[in-house]
Amino acid sequence: MNIVVCVKQVPDTSDPDTEVHIDGTGKGVDQGKFSFVINDADNFAVEEAILLKEKHGGEVTVVNIGPEAANQVIRMALAKGGDSAVRLDDEKFAYSDPVATARLLASALKDVEYDLVMTGCLATDDGYGAVGIALAQLLGVPHAAYAKTVEVVDDKKLKVGRELEGGLLEMNEIELPCVLAIQTGGNEPRYASFKGIREASKKEIKVMDLAATGLSEDQVGEAGSVAVMTQYSVPEVGELAEILEGDPAETAGKLAGILKEKGLV
Amino acid sequence: MGDILVLAEHRQGELREVTLELLTLAGQLGGNVTALLLGSGVDDFASKIAGFADKVMVVDDPMFADFNQMAYQAALAEIIKNDKPGLVLIGNTGQGVDLVGSLAVELDLPFTTDAIAVVMEGDKPVVTRQYYGGKINGTINFKDAETYVIGVREAAVPAGEGGKSGEVAKVDNPVTAEITARKFLEYVEAAIGDVDITQSALLVSVGRGIREDKNLPMIEELAALMGADISGSRAVIDAGWLPADRQVGISGKTVKPKLYLALGISGAFQHVTGIKGSDLVVAINKDPDAPIFQYADFGIVDDLLKVVPALIDKIKETKG
Ligand SMILES: Cc1cc2nc3c(=O)[nH]c(=O)nc-3n(C[C@H](O)[C@H](O)[C@H](O)COP(=O)(O)OP(=O)(O)OC[C@H]3O[C@@H](n4cnc5c(N)ncnc54)[C@H](O)[C@@H]3O)c2cc1C
Ligand SMILES: Nc1ncnc2c1ncn2[C@@H]1O[C@H](COP(=O)(O)O)[C@@H](O)[C@H]1O
Repeated sequence: MNIVVCVKQVPDTSDPDTEVHIDGTGKGVDQGKFSFVINDADNFAVEEAILLKEKHGGEVTVVNIGPEAANQVIRMALAKGGDSAVRLDDEKFAYSDPVATARLLASALKDVEYDLVMTGCLATDDGYGAVGIALAQLLGVPHAAYAKTVEVVDDKKLKVGRELEGGLLEMNEIELPCVLAIQTGGNEPRYASFKGIREASKKEIKVMDLAATGLSEDQVGEAGSVAVMTQYSVPEVGELAEILEGDPAETAGKLAGILKEKGLV
Repeated sequence: MGDILVLAEHRQGELREVTLELLTLAGQLGGNVTALLLGSGVDDFASKIAGFADKVMVVDDPMFADFNQMAYQAALAEIIKNDKPGLVLIGNTGQGVDLVGSLAVELDLPFTTDAIAVVMEGDKPVVTRQYYGGKINGTINFKDAETYVIGVREAAVPAGEGGKSGEVAKVDNPVTAEITARKFLEYVEAAIGDVDITQSALLVSVGRGIREDKNLPMIEELAALMGADISGSRAVIDAGWLPADRQVGISGKTVKPKLYLALGISGAFQHVTGIKGSDLVVAINKDPDAPIFQYADFGIVDDLLKVVPALIDKIKETKG
C-alpha cells in the first residue's frame, strides 16, 4: 500500500516561552523566537503510515508546504521510515487558505501513485481542520475526518474509526484510495533511530516551486483562497484569574490557605 | 441577504444541542431561517426544531439514520444548488468537520471552519476564528459568492428560547444514487474505567506541562493528600500517561467537581468545554498568556514542578 503523509511544521505552542505577537502587517505573527515542531496530529499520521507500511508493504511519501527550515520535520518522518519527500516552497504560497493549501498538496501528488493519503486532523497554529477534507474532494476520493483507528480490510477498503464528541467511535468502511485526517492518540509515535536519521540525511527531498506545481498564480496564496484571514487581533478576555504572587513557597501557601478556607482540604 | 440554511445534527437518537445554537445564531443574523433535518423517523426532532426556524425541511430516509458524510454531502449539495441559500451553517463537530470542506469544494463555494463569531457586513458574513491555540483571533473575509458555508464551533452562541413556529415540510430524498464508497458500520462507546471522574468532588488534572510521566508520582501524592481523583488533558492521555477514561474535554468527559486544579494545561477550548461546571478552577501554568487563566478563579504563573511539592508541604502543614 502506497501512502502519502502530509506534515506541517508549526510553532511549539506547548512551550511556555512561545509568545505569539502579531506583526506589523496584522496578517502574520513574529516568528523570530518560535521553536518549531511537527504538528501534533501529523506526528500520529506519520506513525500510522509507517505502521501500515511495516504490515502491508509499499512506500511512504512525505509532503510538506514550507520553507527550507521545514526539512527538519520532513527528515524526521523520513528517518522513521518514510521513503521520499516533496516540499512545496514558493513565496507565492504565503497566506494560502485551506483550499489553496489543499490544491498545492494535490499538485504534489500528480506524479505519485498512492492508495492512501493521510493528513493530521487539525494544525495547532491555524486550526482549520479542513485541509485534508478539501484535499479529498480535489482528488475525487472519499475521506474520513478524526480518524483514530485504521484497519485494512482488503486491498480495496479500510475500516476506520472516527472519534467523535465524548470519545465515541464511529466505525466506517471506506474504499481506497481515500484521505484520512488523523486524530491524535491512536498510536504511539516512535522516536527515530540513529540509523534512521543517518539514512534520512541521504534521501532526496524534491522541492517544487509554483512553476513545478503546474498551478497558476491565481490558484495559490491569497489569490487562490476563498476565505482570507485579513487581520489578527488580541482577543477580548473576560475576567482573568486572580493571580497569586510570590515564590513557589508563597504561592503554594496562599493556595493552601484558599483551599482550606473553602473547606476543600 | 438570501436565506440561511442550517444543518440539524443528531446522533444515536438524540438531537444535538449545536442545532439549536446554530438556529439561534441564524436568527440573530436576520433573514429567513430554514433547518435541514436529514434523518430517519425524526418527527420529534422536527417539531422541536420548528420552534427555532421559519421552515424545517425534513428528508426522511433510512440512508440518514446514522451519519454518513457522503450521503449528507450528496443531499446538501442538491439542496444548496436548488435553493441557493445565502449562508449555510453547519456545526464544527465530529460530523460537521467531516463535511464542510468537501461540500464547499464540490460546489466551489467559499467556506471556513470553527467560527466563534459570525456577523453580516451587508450581504456578506465576516467570521472570527481563533489561532495559535486560542492565543489570538483572526478575521476571515470571504471572496464574493452567492452562498457561503461556515462551520460554527459548538457553544459559540448559546441556544436561545426559540419562539418561532416554522412550517415542517417533508421533501423527497434528493439522493438517488446508492452510496457505496463509505459505509457507516456501528458506534463503539468509549471504555469505562475504575474511577468515574464525572462524579469526582475534587480533581487534580494534569496537562503536557508535567513534561514526563516520571513526574506523575508527585501528582499522585498531591491527589492522595487531598482525597482527589486524577484527570488529564488529551495530550496526557495521547502520551499514554493516564488511561483514556480520565480525559476531560469535548472528546472526553464533562466534569463538575468542587475543585478543578489544572496543572500544566494550556486551556484549549476542547479542554475547557469539559470543565465549565466546576465550582472552583485553579490553574498553575508557567505561561502568563495561557488561555486557562481566562477560565480559572485563581492562578499561579510558575513552574508546576516547583509549586506542586511546595503545595504538598503546605497542605500537610494546614492539616497539622
Ligand atoms: C476534535 C478534537 C477534540 C479534542 N478533545 C480534547 C479533549 O477532550 N480534551 C483535551 O484536553 N483536549 C482535547 N483536544 C486537544 C486540544 O486541542 C489540546 O491540544 C489539548 O487540550 C492540549 O493539552 P495540554 O493543555 O495538556 O497541552 P499543551 O497545549 O501543550 O499545553 C501545555 C501547557 O503546559 C504549560 N507548561 C509547560 N511546562 C510547564 C511547567 N513546567 N509548569 C507549568 N506549566 C507548564 C505550557 O505553558 C502550556 O500552557 C481535542 C482536539 C481536537 C482536534
Ligand atoms: N503547510 C502544510 N504542509 C503540509 N501539510 C499541511 C500543511 N498545512 C496543512 N497541512 C495538513 O493538513 C492538516 C490539517 O490542517 P488544517 O486544516 O490547517 O488544520 C495538517 O495536520 C497537515 O497534515
